[in-house]
Amino acid sequence: MSASETTVGGGRARPGAGDRGGLLGGLMLAPAIVYIIALVGVPFVLAIALSVSNATVGAPGIHGFVGLANFASALHNAAFGFALRNSIIVTLATLIVTIVLAVGESELLAHHFRGKWIWQILIILPWAMPVSLAAVNWLWLLDSQFSPVDWILRQVHLLGPGTLWGPANHMYYYGREWLGLGSITAINVWRLLPLATIIVLAGRTSIPHDIYEQAQVDGAGFFRVLLRITVPALGPILIVVTMFTALMVFGDMTLVAITTHGGPGYTTQLLPYWAFVQGIEGGALSQGAAVALFMFPILLAAAIFALRLAFRSANQ
Amino acid sequence: MATLELRRIEKHYGGVHAVDGIDLQIADGEFLAILGPSGCGKSTTMRMIAGLEPPTHGDILIGGEVVTHLPPRLRNVSMVFQSYALYPHMSVAENIAFPLRVRHVARAAREQKVAWAAGLMGIEKLLQRRPARLSGGEKQKVALARALVRDPTLFVFDEPLSSLDAKVRAMARSELRLLHDRTGITTVYVTHDQIEALGMGDRIAIMEAGRVRQVGTPQELYAHPADTFVASFLGTPPMNLMEREDHIVGFRPEFVHVATGAGGDDGALRIPAKIFELEFLGADWQVYAHVGDGDDTHRILARMDADEVKQLRVGETAELAVRRDHLRYFDKATGRRIEHVGV
Repeated sequence: MSASETTVGGGRARPGAGDRGGLLGGLMLAPAIVYIIALVGVPFVLAIALSVSNATVGAPGIHGFVGLANFASALHNAAFGFALRNSIIVTLATLIVTIVLAVGESELLAHHFRGKWIWQILIILPWAMPVSLAAVNWLWLLDSQFSPVDWILRQVHLLGPGTLWGPANHMYYYGREWLGLGSITAINVWRLLPLATIIVLAGRTSIPHDIYEQAQVDGAGFFRVLLRITVPALGPILIVVTMFTALMVFGDMTLVAITTHGGPGYTTQLLPYWAFVQGIEGGALSQGAAVALFMFPILLAAAIFALRLAFRSANQ
Repeated sequence: MATLELRRIEKHYGGVHAVDGIDLQIADGEFLAILGPSGCGKSTTMRMIAGLEPPTHGDILIGGEVVTHLPPRLRNVSMVFQSYALYPHMSVAENIAFPLRVRHVARAAREQKVAWAAGLMGIEKLLQRRPARLSGGEKQKVALARALVRDPTLFVFDEPLSSLDAKVRAMARSELRLLHDRTGITTVYVTHDQIEALGMGDRIAIMEAGRVRQVGTPQELYAHPADTFVASFLGTPPMNLMEREDHIVGFRPEFVHVATGAGGDDGALRIPAKIFELEFLGADWQVYAHVGDGDDTHRILARMDADEVKQLRVGETAELAVRRDHLRYFDKATGRRIEHVGV
């Protein structure tokens, strides 16, 4: 600041902390850094320490160093195999269904039609619903005895003695391996679709309209425009949606804890819930930490891959 | 290649008549410029020709066939948008090839066609680039190559030069016209820039408020405007219009001269005018003058060369004159041109 400016401004015109970029930047970043260290960094380091110890819930101190024994025993547990397989299956299935539906919905909402606002509200509704309410809702919808879905299936003669999915009168959604995984996937899609749709819709509306008119004049039909223009142009946005959806699904233990509890047997077990069952409910804190850490390289690899893709397409 | 015909085309948006009954016939291989101020309905007209909007009334015929209700892909009309609308995630080569891909042209034929179009536009070296890394002029050439590559029956241009800077624009104008002459494709060129319309069009259709005011060659329009709108729209500066008792008289600034001699009965219009300002424009001078007095003052503009301007002084009154055959007359009520009025 020059002397002439101080006279023009009058009063307080000396450079303050706000004028020193480095200091101000540091101050503004500090809360985020403290937050990340306290809630991500410390637990992460703690988890690594726990995973190579013999700590239990009864004796949580990190004393005995046992090397990779916890990892070895986790690998040998039959439940771990199921949990790893199911986590990957549920994540991939949720991803595919969510992205297909989100692109479809955003394509719908990018156009103008009568009653569009009702659709918009319906699409956003699951997101606004409290988790506890949603859990009760889904427990009832897919209940083993009183499921209204089963009732509808019976009414249209798809379920019950002598029908396609008979002879039982119930589907037992949370009591069978693939129906259980399917149910968890369906609920995941239900709760993640609103945000995914909003993100994709934001990307969709930022694609210049004249490109679509140009494609029309060039002779392209609806599906060609969708697959050759819309989806490639959405590229970076879809990577973001993929990343956040994958992380939300892969790291989530609440759904399986509310619905199937990993059963029957371990057939619908998922990694995060298995870590919880082992470490907290089973009391083997170190085992739980080891299982949880198995997820880390997978998530890290996925995140790095997605970010690299995003940066590459952004730089082109 | 084909003729294009618009028959009583109308387009209404709610109660607004954006296009209000247009009749146009464009000959095979002709270059027609549609010129008008913004909001005159020229872009809407063009979008209806391309098939992006259906007309409310009327018919569109391409090559004698009614295409009014056909979607764009069944019309074989190539359109170049103002923004060029290049597909951002495709390379230049993929952009140019897109209309061919859509038509399931075999790969070998496609590559040959792309090379041909790129060669014609001189952009062979850009084929692997992305649109984000092209200059405005290069983008325009890519858009033209993409429009060319599928042998369209009709070219439709929506102000394709308006996003280029002035220097490139003059060059692009002549290139575009050359391209038309070489391919012979019937072209509709929408613009609000009269220099483009005058310089490139075989004929010009001047639009205002959803209607065509006049269609004709650039020379016809300039020399014989059909009404006061065309007279005051075309030309920089436009025609001088002076109200008289029962009509309006018009004359172009370049036909205003300093009166010589005593002034016989040659029928020339003589205007005693107070010189207001002299402006140097390089090749010539622009003279601002006031005619009349009190409430009845007109401002007129004149273009004169340096020798003539020497006879004028700012603030002094001079006798200006316009030759009789350079005078145009318009009806005071309708603004339409009328034939000779007794002086």
